[in-house]
Amino acid sequence: MTEQIIIPILKISVVLITVLTTVVFLVYIERRVSAFIQNRIGPNRVGPFGLLQTVADVVKLLMKEDIVPKNAYKQIHDLAPIISIGVALSTFAVIPVGNTMEIFGHEVKLIIADVNIGILYILAITSLGVYGITLAGWSSNSKYSLLGGLRSSAQMISYELSMGLSIVGVLMIAGTLQLDKIVLHQATYLWGWLPAWNLFLQPVGFITFMVASFAETNRLPFDLPEAEPELVGGFHTEYTGLKFGLFFLAEYANMITASAIITTLFLGGWHLPFAEHLGLTPLMLSLLQVLTFCVKVAFVLLFFIVIRWTLPRFRYDQLMDLGWKLMLPLAIANILATGLALLFFS
Amino acid sequence: MSSNGTMIRKKDLNFWQKIYIPEIIKGLRLTLAQIFRPKVTYQYPEERFTPPASFRGRPVLAEENGVERCVACGLCSRVCPALAIEVQAAETELEKERYPIKFEINMVRCIFCGFCEEVCPEEAIIMSNEYELVFTSQEQAVFGKEKLLMSTEKLRPRLEWLKAHR
Repeated sequence: MTEQIIIPILKISVVLITVLTTVVFLVYIERRVSAFIQNRIGPNRVGPFGLLQTVADVVKLLMKEDIVPKNAYKQIHDLAPIISIGVALSTFAVIPVGNTMEIFGHEVKLIIADVNIGILYILAITSLGVYGITLAGWSSNSKYSLLGGLRSSAQMISYELSMGLSIVGVLMIAGTLQLDKIVLHQATYLWGWLPAWNLFLQPVGFITFMVASFAETNRLPFDLPEAEPELVGGFHTEYTGLKFGLFFLAEYANMITASAIITTLFLGGWHLPFAEHLGLTPLMLSLLQVLTFCVKVAFVLLFFIVIRWTLPRFRYDQLMDLGWKLMLPLAIANILATGLALLFFS
Repeated sequence: MSSNGTMIRKKDLNFWQKIYIPEIIKGLRLTLAQIFRPKVTYQYPEERFTPPASFRGRPVLAEENGVERCVACGLCSRVCPALAIEVQAAETELEKERYPIKFEINMVRCIFCGFCEEVCPEEAIIMSNEYELVFTSQEQAVFGKEKLLMSTEKLRPRLEWLKAHR
C-alpha cells in the first residue's frame, strides 16, 4: 500500500511543487540576469530584491479576461495550452534526482517512475510538445499564430532527429535506456581521477544534444516560433490571461526539464565527484547528491539564459541548414566513432 | 561587420570560426563581462535625472521681476509647426507696452522642437529642463500663463547655454 501509492504521490507532489516554484524563480532570475547583461538593474520593486515580481505577474495574468478569437476552433484553442503544460511537466517523471535514500526504514528511489525505457519515454513525450504549439497556432485562426505553429513543427521535427541520434552514443556506452543506470554508469572514474561523465566521453554528442535542446525548447537562438519582431508573439498571439500563462509556464518548465535531461545524460546526474570518500552518513550523502543535481541543473539553466543574450536568432534557412546538413551528419558520425571505440577498446 | 567596420564574408572565415564554438565562447565571455559593469539605470522616483543645459524640456515663459519678458509679438505662435501656441496681446503701462493677456501652450500638441525659443526676439520663451508632464484630460494639458511662468533664476543654465551657442 504505502510502497505503491503513498510514496509515489509524495514524490510526485514534491517534484511538481519544486518544478513550479523553480519556474517562478527562473522567470525572476532570467529577467534579472538579462538586465545585468544589458547593464540594467531589472525588477527590484515588488518584495525584497523584487523576488515577488513573478507572483505579481501571475496575479495579473489570472485577473485578465480570457479572450477567444471569434473564428477560432474553441475546443482546440482550449486544449493546446493543456497539452503544452502536461507534456512539459510529465517529462520529469523519469529523471533521477538522486540515488536511493532511506527514509523511516523505507528504501526510496529518488525518481518518480523508474521505467526501463526512460530515454525513450522522454523522447516520445517531448515530441508530443509540438502538438501543443502547432494546435495553438492553427486553432487561433490568425496568420501570425499559424506561421509560428508551422515553423515550430518544422523546427522540432528537424531537431528531434539529431536529438535522438546524439543520445545513441550515450546509450551505447551505458548499455541501457534506464536513466538511473546511465547515471550510475557515469559515477565511475577514468584513470582513477576523471569522473566518467558523458561530457568527457561524448563531447560531440553533448554539443549536438545541447543545440537540439535549445531548438526543442524554442529558446534563442532558435526561438523562431515566437520571434516577437516577426510574428507578433507567434503561436501564442491570440492567447490571453491564464491560457497564455500556461504557455509561459510550459516554456520555462521545458527549460528546466531540458536542463535536467542534459544534466542526467551528460553531466553525471546527481554524481558529485569523490563525495563517497567524504565519510558522510548515507542520508547526508544522498541529500548532498540531490543538492549536486540541483546545482548542476541551475548551471545549465544559467547557460540557457546567457546564451539568449549572446547569440542572435538564426534565419529560417540557416536553422534548417544547421539541423539537416550539420547536426544530423555529426550525430551519425558520433555514433560510428563511438561504435568503433567500443569495438577496439573493450 | 567586424569591429573596425570592414565586411566579413563567409568564405573569409577560417576553420575555427566556421565551427562556431570558439566564437560562441568568445561571445559568452563578452556577455558575462557585462554583468560586472556599472549599471546605468536611474531608480526613478527616488533618483531623478537632471538634464544638461542643452536639453529641451517643456517650454516656459521667462519671468523677470515678477513680469514676463514676453511682448506678445506672436512669432512663436506663427513658427510653431504643431500649432500648439496661442497668444493674445494687450497693452500695458510698462516700458515694453505690450504683454500677453492670454498665453496658452497645448502640451499634447507640443513636439519640443524648440523653434519658439529660437525665434523669440526677447528670449521670453525658453525650453526648461522639466520633463515630467502628467495630465489626466485634454483640458488639463493646455497650460496657461500661471503654469508657464518660470523665474529667470531657475532658467539660468539654459540662458547661459543659449548665449554661448546661439
